[in-house]
Amino acid sequence: MAETERPKTPQAKDESRRKFLKNSGLVAGGLIGGGLLGSLVTSQVKKPADTGNKDTAAKDDNHDMDARTFFSRTDDFETLSAATERLYPKDKNGPGAIELSVPYFIDRQLAGDWGSNAHAYMKGPFPQNQEAAYYEDLDRNQKNQGPNADTQTAAPTPRYQTRMNRGEIFREGIKTMQDQASSKHDKKFAELEGEQMDAILTDLEEGKIRMNGIHSTAFFNLLLQTTIEGAYADPVYGGNRNMAGWKMKEYPGPRMGYLGQIEDEEFAVMKQESLRDYQDMWG
Amino acid sequence: MAKKLKKVDVVVVGSGWAGGIVSAEAAKAGYKVVTLERGKPVDRQDYIGVKDELRYTDRYEMMQNLAPETITSRNNLDEEALPVRTRKEMMAGTDLGGGSVHWAGATYRWKPIDFELRSKTIERYGEKKIQEGMFIRDWGITYDEMEPYYDKWEKTAGISGEPDPLGDKRSNDWPNPPMKESPAVKLFKDTTKKMGYHPYQVASANLSQSYKNPDGETLAQCMFCSFCTQYGCDFGAKSDPLVTVIPTALKTGNCEIRTHSYVRRVLHENGKATGVMYVDLRTGLEYIQPADVVVLGAFAFTNNRLLHLSKIGEPYNPETRKGVIGRNYNGQFGITFLGARGFFEKKKFNLFMGAGALGGTLSDFAGDNFDHTDLDFINGGGIELRQYGHGPIATNAVPKGTKNWGPEFKEKSLHYTNRSLVVWYTMATMSWWHNYTSLDPTYTDDFGDPLLRITYKYTDHDRAMAKFGIEKCTEIMKEMGADIVDPDEVPEEFDHVYDGGHYAGGVSMGEDPETSAVNNYLQMWDMENLFVVGGSAFPQFGGHHPTATIGALSYRASEGIINYLKDPKLLTQPKKAAANA
Ligand SMILES: Cc1cc2nc3c(=O)[nH]c(=O)nc-3n(C[C@H](O)[C@H](O)[C@H](O)COP(=O)(O)OP(=O)(O)OC[C@H]3O[C@@H](n4cnc5c(N)ncnc54)[C@H](O)[C@@H]3O)c2cc1C
Ligand code: SF4
Repeated sequence: MAETERPKTPQAKDESRRKFLKNSGLVAGGLIGGGLLGSLVTSQVKKPADTGNKDTAAKDDNHDMDARTFFSRTDDFETLSAATERLYPKDKNGPGAIELSVPYFIDRQLAGDWGSNAHAYMKGPFPQNQEAAYYEDLDRNQKNQGPNADTQTAAPTPRYQTRMNRGEIFREGIKTMQDQASSKHDKKFAELEGEQMDAILTDLEEGKIRMNGIHSTAFFNLLLQTTIEGAYADPVYGGNRNMAGWKMKEYPGPRMGYLGQIEDEEFAVMKQESLRDYQDMWG
Repeated sequence: MAKKLKKVDVVVVGSGWAGGIVSAEAAKAGYKVVTLERGKPVDRQDYIGVKDELRYTDRYEMMQNLAPETITSRNNLDEEALPVRTRKEMMAGTDLGGGSVHWAGATYRWKPIDFELRSKTIERYGEKKIQEGMFIRDWGITYDEMEPYYDKWEKTAGISGEPDPLGDKRSNDWPNPPMKESPAVKLFKDTTKKMGYHPYQVASANLSQSYKNPDGETLAQCMFCSFCTQYGCDFGAKSDPLVTVIPTALKTGNCEIRTHSYVRRVLHENGKATGVMYVDLRTGLEYIQPADVVVLGAFAFTNNRLLHLSKIGEPYNPETRKGVIGRNYNGQFGITFLGARGFFEKKKFNLFMGAGALGGTLSDFAGDNFDHTDLDFINGGGIELRQYGHGPIATNAVPKGTKNWGPEFKEKSLHYTNRSLVVWYTMATMSWWHNYTSLDPTYTDDFGDPLLRITYKYTDHDRAMAKFGIEKCTEIMKEMGADIVDPDEVPEEFDHVYDGGHYAGGVSMGEDPETSAVNNYLQMWDMENLFVVGGSAFPQFGGHHPTATIGALSYRASEGIINYLKDPKLLTQPKKAAANA
């Protein structure tokens, strides 16, 4: 059985870090580069003064970050929330998208450089031709396989050929869902029965709903991708609240390594640790 | 107006394995080297505390920023190419050390037949076996001639591995023993052995023990931290240029590395390269760096594009099938790496643990290790099971037929997270008359220069080989005891997703200047003081991961560059090759 407890005090952290380094042979072999060792030393020296309340459980209940910085209308956010919960529902395994703060995760992703396509090629022309639509469909099935299948999100992305950035695609998509709800059922999306929401989501997924400037499948894929990301990304991004997504997945979070455990036949049950815990360890 | 700088002996574009090795070797030999890198300066400190799946795996933190420059892509000659806009659709490295930092580290020598594919195929199966339109050729160098360069690179990188029972002649063992075996890898090896195959541990650039390389650089032991492919290693345990050739180059005092330096042209006069023109991306100022020898080690895309932009060599024209720059574009993406996924009810693996190159493999269906008489393809590939260390966002496989969202998806994806394994075929690809690079007529980069355009489609040959591999992988997965086995599907057509970073060719090597751009020292036939180094030189792609071969070719090129600096001339004499090679 692997390491089960997360170090509680800075001293314990230092100890576990020392133990790790010793076991790993990094120290013994004299192989830690100057910088790495330097940062270890400073952090050990710095540590006691730096405890603050970082390690108290209080952070788990901090909802200050559950506020919107991208969607201005409550209505839009409620539509988004309801949709993500249909994609990733609460069940006997644990919380669904809403309890995991997935909608806030998505809101913040859209407010940031990913939402505004900072690293994507966004020069025109943008021919919205049939060919592009064809690949959008084709692509959905292909991205579950291939060399990166295990290192990429399960939700596939179609060939991106729209002038809208991701934030704009979400606004357009959410408006589409709302329009569908009101025209089909004369209700707000979030007020629909589950099956009614699923029918709209399925239509989007299958490309049956016309959207402006983007294939509805492409929007659906983005929605699904970000929902999964929000359930399982490090809590620093606002989703995966209390690391409950990781708990359901029996995923421990970032660790220095598993040199001592990699050969174990037995499944290792570990307590979850976050990026913050990991960085704290380095100081 | 570009500012002209002081002339140096060698200017190198790119700082990955290709550019890094050449920089180190030329600097060690006493030559003054300037290495230009478009990305930012980084070292191991940048990779401490960044075990963050969203940022690195999903948002491609270490990949080229595509906003200023990307490639365009189409399948057919009569189509309009469209830009590859997002990093999900294309992975290429940037920053010091390039893609050679975020690689996984799976290491293979290519097989003797890869280097003599044309003549060996004809020898064993006759001329007819080579399909019409297939541009394959002998490289102008044999495996035996490559061997010492492989050996040199493996020692620099401290590769950890065990012998391939079906392997080829080697002068030395791998410098380090193989990595530890996880239960999943063990299951693959035990099962395939029982099936009569010859499995062995994937040789890795994740080091199995601490190691000092011949240049005096020290590497640490891999911790199986599982944040490896698409990440830099915080322990200095993954062999990459940042912990090997770059410090080696710098400590000679002969090499200066300039980051944020985006090279736009190779300058030339009277058939000789005179230097390069680049822009400092922070200031926008243009510089000319003159040099006696110019080396492009800027990855397949940039190597192709700079030659097209600088009007060096005759561009390939698919209508006439003449010209060399852009010809023989190839690679492993899309249809390669297909196989089968298995779901296990009773077994549970620690799949969140792992390392980039942790895995088992076998060569029974690689190269010409199996009879192709009744097969409608040539060459082959490795069969691999890898345990990268699976992130929670990425690991959501569910059996075919399961809806990919909603309650059933959640239930099953959680259930199978640590119960699903993949075996795949790392198959070779051939070059074809219709697959090539050129400049795009429509789309440009931030400076107004045309983007590189890739024209690429699959062939029946690709599909036949993929189908064969999927069948073999499916059999293995069944034998491994999976309760559900889902074979991959053979895609109809290339979907313009450039995944995996194995893109190659376009500045291919050979013996005949009619069909090849560089000789076996990667020296341009048309411009003897210009060397184009990297996978761009592959005439066709072998059946394994490429980087060891890139490393070996870089040592070969370094030797050529040093020889050229001593005695400037064409280093090999051209020969007339068979038509359409
Ligand atoms: C996720 C991933 C995993 C991989 N895993 C494996 C593996 O397990 N095994 C394997 O064999 N291979 C693997 N590869 C492939 C491997 O990364 C490459 O084969 C290798 O890094 C190529 O080395 P290179 O020096 O040619 O290019 P790079 O290392 O990419 O270096 C090229 C450099 O040139 C710079 N450059 C480009 N254009 C310009 C310009 N105009 N001006 C200035 N500088 C420029 C780039 O910024 C870059 O730093 C992987 C690739 C990826 C993306
Ligand atoms: S798995 Fe090993 S080589 Fe890869 S990043 Fe982690 S410690 Fe480094």
